[in-house]
Order: sequence, then C-alpha cells, then structure tokens
Amino acid sequence: MATRNETNAAASGIGWVRGEMQAEMAAPATDVGLIGWMRQHLFSGVFNTILTLFGAYLVYVLVPPIFKFAVTDAVWNGDNREACVGSHGACWAYVKAYAAQFIYGRFPDPERWRVNIVFVLLAAGLVPLLMPTLPFKRENTIFMLLVFPVLAFILLTGGNVAIGQWAWIALATIGIVAAAFILLPVLAGQASLATRTNAILVLAILLLIPAVIFLLVGIDFGLEPVETSNWGGLLVTLVIAITGITASLPFGVALALGRRSNLPIVRLLSVIFIEFWRGVPLITVLFMSSVVLPLFMPEGVTIDKLFRALVGVALFASAYMAEVIRGGLQAIPKGQYEGADALGLTFWQKMGLIVLPQALKLVIPGIVNTFIGLFKDTTLVLIIGLFDLLGQIQSSFTDPTWATPTQNHTGYMFAAMIFWVFCFSMSRYSIFMEKRLDTGRKR
Amino acid sequence: MAVHTSDDHDDAPAKAAFIYDPKVRGVFYQIVLVAAIAWLGWEFITNAARNLEQQNISSGFGFLKNTAGFGIIQSLVDYSEESSYGRALYVGFLNTILIAVIGIALATVLGFIIGIARLSTNWIISRLAYVYIEIIRNIPLLLQIFFWYFAVLRAVPNPRNSIELIPGSVFLNNRGIFLPRPVFEEGSSLILFGLIAGIAAALGISNWARKRQMETGQPFPSFRVGLGLVLGLPLLGYLLGGMPVSMEFAELRGFNFTGGMKMTPEFMALLLALSIYTAAFIAEIVRAGILAVSHGQTEASYALGLRPGPTLRLVVVPQAMRVIIPPLTSQYLNLTKNSSLAVAIAYPDLVSVGGTVLNQTGQAIEVIGIWMVVYLGLSLLTSAFMNWYNNRMALVER
Repeated sequence: MATRNETNAAASGIGWVRGEMQAEMAAPATDVGLIGWMRQHLFSGVFNTILTLFGAYLVYVLVPPIFKFAVTDAVWNGDNREACVGSHGACWAYVKAYAAQFIYGRFPDPERWRVNIVFVLLAAGLVPLLMPTLPFKRENTIFMLLVFPVLAFILLTGGNVAIGQWAWIALATIGIVAAAFILLPVLAGQASLATRTNAILVLAILLLIPAVIFLLVGIDFGLEPVETSNWGGLLVTLVIAITGITASLPFGVALALGRRSNLPIVRLLSVIFIEFWRGVPLITVLFMSSVVLPLFMPEGVTIDKLFRALVGVALFASAYMAEVIRGGLQAIPKGQYEGADALGLTFWQKMGLIVLPQALKLVIPGIVNTFIGLFKDTTLVLIIGLFDLLGQIQSSFTDPTWATPTQNHTGYMFAAMIFWVFCFSMSRYSIFMEKRLDTGRKR
Repeated sequence: MAVHTSDDHDDAPAKAAFIYDPKVRGVFYQIVLVAAIAWLGWEFITNAARNLEQQNISSGFGFLKNTAGFGIIQSLVDYSEESSYGRALYVGFLNTILIAVIGIALATVLGFIIGIARLSTNWIISRLAYVYIEIIRNIPLLLQIFFWYFAVLRAVPNPRNSIELIPGSVFLNNRGIFLPRPVFEEGSSLILFGLIAGIAAALGISNWARKRQMETGQPFPSFRVGLGLVLGLPLLGYLLGGMPVSMEFAELRGFNFTGGMKMTPEFMALLLALSIYTAAFIAEIVRAGILAVSHGQTEASYALGLRPGPTLRLVVVPQAMRVIIPPLTSQYLNLTKNSSLAVAIAYPDLVSVGGTVLNQTGQAIEVIGIWMVVYLGLSLLTSAFMNWYNNRMALVER
C-alpha cells in the first residue's frame, strides 16, 4: 500500500505524501487513568462538581457515624447493661445475650436441637435445589415439598396429632368419588381397564400421600410437644415465610389459570378472589384471620393462632402471585396454546408441559419480588401477637437487665441486617436465574 | 380416552362421549364449585351466627351510634370522648387519607429525585442512589416505622430541652414537631380570590398558548407566566388586604408547648417511614420508565435542533410517563394500604381506631367489614383512574 501511494504521488507531481501512519499519541494524562475517570464521572462541569461535593458531603455525614456506632464505639462483650451504659456505640453484647431468643423464641431449651435439625434439613434441601448445576432435582423437589414439611412439622410441634375420624372419612370419600370417575368409562364399555391403569396409579399415589402423612403425624415419637405460642424469633419468621411462599405458588397458578379460564363462573370467582385480597391491607387480613376466622368455625373447633396467621398470609400472597403469573400467561403467544391443542394435549398437559414452563420463566423477577414482599410482610404478625424476629426484638426492649440508651438502636440494626441479608440474596438469586434462563433471546 | 375406530359409528356420537364433552365437563365443574362455595358460606354464616349468639353480641351496625369513650390524639374534625363510634371511625378514615396524601406527595418528590440520581452520569450520586434503593427496599416497612418512632422521635429530648430546627419557630421534642401556624385575619379572603384568579388565568393562558403554537408555531413561556400569576395575584391580594396574615409561634409554657401547629411523633414517624420506603420503589419505576424511552428518540430530537431541556420536557418525559404512571399508581395504593401499619405505633388511622372499637364492642365482623369496604373502595377508585389514564395515554395507532 505504502509503496503504491508513494509512486502515485511521485507520478502526479505532488511532493510528498505520508506513506506510513503516524503512531498514535498517548491520550492526555487528564483523560485516562484515575484522573481522567474522575474528570469524566465526577467533575465534568460546574453542576456535576457541585453534585459530587454534595455526594461526598452526604457520605461524610452518614458513613463515619454509622461505622463508629456499629464498630469502633460498639461494646462486644458484657453480662448486663453495665457494660454498655457508658458507650455511645452499639451494644452487641445484648444481641449476643439474646441471640438464642432471637432465633428460637421461647422454644424450650432442651428441645432446641429439634429446631436446629429442621434448619439443617432446610439448608441441606434448599441449597442443592437452588444450584442449577447439581443433579437429582426431581428427588430434591420431592424431598422439599413432601418429606421436609412432614419432618419439620413433627420435629417442631412434637407430632402425635390426634387425626380425627373425619379426616379418614373425607379421604376415603374423595378416593371413592375419584375412582368412580376413572372407572365410569370402563363400565360404560368405552374404555378398557388397561387404558385406565395410569389414571388409577396417579389416584393411588395421590391418596397414599395424605394417608401416609396422617399416619406419620399421628405416631407418638416420644417428643415433648411444644405449643406454637412458645415459638418465636427467626423460627416463626421462616415458618411463615416458607409456608406462605410454598402455598402461594400452586394457589397462584390455579387462580391465574382460573382468571383466564373460559368457564364464566370460575373466571368470575377468581377475579373476585384476587381483587378482594389485593385491595385490602395485609394487616386487616391478619385481623380477620385472628378474630373472625374463629367465629366461622363450628363449635368446639379451635385453630392454632399461628396456623390462622399462616392461612391469612398464604391467601394474601396467592392473590399477588396470581397476578404475576397471569402476566406471564398473557405474554405467551397464542400459537403456543394452539400448537398444544393441535397436538391433542389435554388442558393440564398443555398447561404443564407447554405454557406454564415458558410463562413462569418469564415472570421469575415478579415471583421473587412477591417472595421478598412476603418475607418482609411476615413482620406484621407481631401486631396480632405472634413473636417473629422483629416482635421478639421489640419485646426484649422491656428487659431492664439490658436497658441502655442505645439498646433499641442496636436491636433494630440487628433486625435490619438479618432481613436485608435474606431479601438482598433473594433478589440477587433472581437476577442470576433470570440471566441463566434467558436462553431464548440470547444471541 | 375413548378411541373410535369403526366407520359405521359416524352418524351418532357414542353414549360415553357425553362425559368427554368439554362443555358438559365445564358446566359440571362449575356446578360443583358453586355448590362447594355455597356450602362453605352457609357453614360460615350459621357458625358465626351461633357463636355470636353465645357471646351475646348482636350483629348489625347499630353500635356505631354508641358513645366511643376514648380519646384520639389527632383529629381533623371535632371529636371528643362523647362522640360516637361512627364519628371515631370517620376521624380514623380522615387520618388515613391525610397520611396517604402527604405521604404520596413526599414519596413522589423523593422517588423522582432518587430515580433520576440513579441514572446520573455522576458516579458518586448514582452509587448513593443505588445504595439507598437497595438498603431501603430490602428492610421491612414495619421495622423502619419502629426505627423512626422508637429510636429517633421518642428518643429526642423533652420539651424543655427541645431541638430548635429553625430558631424560635420550629421545635422538635418528644411530644412532636411544633411549627408556626398562620392566622388568617379579616381581609384574608382577598388572598384566596387572588389564588383562584391566578389559577384560572394560568389555565387560560396555557390553553391560549397551546392553541397559538398549534396554529402559528410561536411558543409562549406559559409555564413561567402562569407560575407568576399563581404566586403573584395572591401576593397582590395579601398586600391590598393590608397584610392580614400573622404567624402564631409555638411557645414553651410549663412542661409543654402551646400554640402553633403540632405534628405528633406518631404522624411524623409514619410519614417518614412510608415516604422513604415508597420512594425507593418509585425511584426504580422512574428509572425503568426513563430507560424505556429509546435513545433514538433523544437523538432524533437533537437532530431536529431541540436543546436538552425541551428534549427532556417534550420528548422523553411524555413517553416515560406512559410507562411510569401505571406502576406509580399501584405504589400510591400500596402506600395507602401500608399506612394501616399505623396500628403498630398507635397513630389513629382507620385500622388503629377500628382496632380499638373492635376491642371495646367485639363487633369484629362489622369493623373488619368497614375496613375492607374502605380499602377496596380506594383501590377500585385507583384502578378506575388507571384505566382512564391508560386509555387517554395509549398510543394512538393509525
């Protein structure tokens, strides 16, 4: 190239043409490195400089005092208020002294190993489930949805529940009715028994699961029964959050499908249900479940206070979940539904195999946001007299042994850190999953 | 599934096909559903009636006329212990509206500032906004309310050692914040007239300016002129009326302040927590809305010769608002519903007052019914507004 330029230049009589590119000069020192970055991002103009100074001032006002309070001025060890009373920092000694209460509430001391086992089981089941690269997802899910709740229930309450006869009768009635439905075509001569074996198998499993659960929780394992009124702290927070999350997903899917159903009554009822729960504050729902629900029960039937709150939270969360999932269902192109119909799939096959996997994937951020909202909302149960983590901390402020001016600052800071860690990791995990599952549009 | 293979059956459907007909099945399932719900409802009603009878509680809303007998620390209308339960609930309802309206205004301003700061090219500002959002929205609102109430506003000094936020006029102590109160004397009506006239004139001018710009293309600074009118005419009225407004300052008398305007710590704590918490969500909505306007719009606007200010005002913001408004209204609704957490710090809102009424009378179903009707009404109003707005703002496709 260069030589040709030179010859051309010589031929046309122009004295000199550059043949080789001049080496690039280094960027000015003010445009690169730390200084360049600062000029570009912090001091690019008068207004920006003022903003930067303002921001720096904010940081200076906020960060050092908080750091001083939480770390340098904090008291880490001590037996009572004497250790903290003179200091202006956090009284972590008080959190240490109360740590067991914050985790277990008033769960009796010698029985706390049971809670620990539940926590370990939860972690052992949840962590591999959340890591997409690990195998045995199906077994893991079955463990988390069927085995873990039963184990946790037995360990936490002590099991040995008196399963009334009505439970068995109800189960048997459902079984007989379902079996009749399955076998009706055989009796009518429309289907052979062989084509119905699958359905019968599914029914048998569906009936066997509650039967086994009834049997298991009815067994006396010799565990000391622990009333739910003695539960508290992180335990109650986690029980409410996890039950709410687990219950709200299937109910939410059902409600979302109901709202998009062709059956007018089903659709109307779903709409009323969803809009009702979404229109009222959770606190009124909790009041309702704690005050009105007992009124609705037949004579002599009392429902546990924690369980009532669980019902309220689960119904409330389902309505929100339903709207999130409906958004996903609406985003699936009609061709997917029609394709499934054209393949001759039944309604549940169509939904379970084609539509829902795509729809749920689309709305993962929304689902996780609902989870986070639910987790934060568990604190509301303290208003109806249950002691979740925040309730337990709030009630510890009345203890004169640790009464210092910084006691409630310390307590709130501790609670905030715990809740923040849970919620923030959930939101990070959702971003991670979103990126991982975003296979369709990645190019 | 029934499989029909033979050819000679095609004239009439087989008997068993009846239960495979989706329509028949649909009707059947719906009948079962309605029957189940009717049974459940009947069971609930009969149980509730019997349980109430046993507790000697007569159902109905007659109790609303009875004397309440409890005081309420903050009330927008006349209320005393001799007032009725109905009046008490009305006071609570007004307090809910009050906190919701002020909270929404504060949260919107704060949320927009932080949302725009999050998009700032200034590194430290955008980081600060990010940290604010991630911290505030991952901490339960109730905890934040407790923090502001118990750890901040109840921990400030007593009235004698008040903190003077503005020396001589604004005092902060553990009884609340005391502000000067404007006292309108004779002749103040001129100010009101000035304000009304100013607003009317500003609206008229902006209408005229828009019409003229449509016809001739000539712009008119209607915003600045309108602002001048809205502020200037009342000022004129104030001067003409002989400066009829004076300030009444709060004064320390004995152990507490008298006079002036008082904001209770409950109100302050709830207001701070609600607006700070909701602002974090609004900031994310604002950010998403602005990012949703494609960069091409800005570039096209620059190419047409518009400067950054008009570009933002005429091109970016109207399009961003279309994305922002629907989630924003649902945040407003959330704020209103979250104001029910007032019950935890005894700010007398609808739920808090209702809780007291419920405890005193035992009329659980009625009180909770009132709550539900009020909040459902508010949320229906909001969604009606949202639908109206969506229809107005929807892209007109030709």
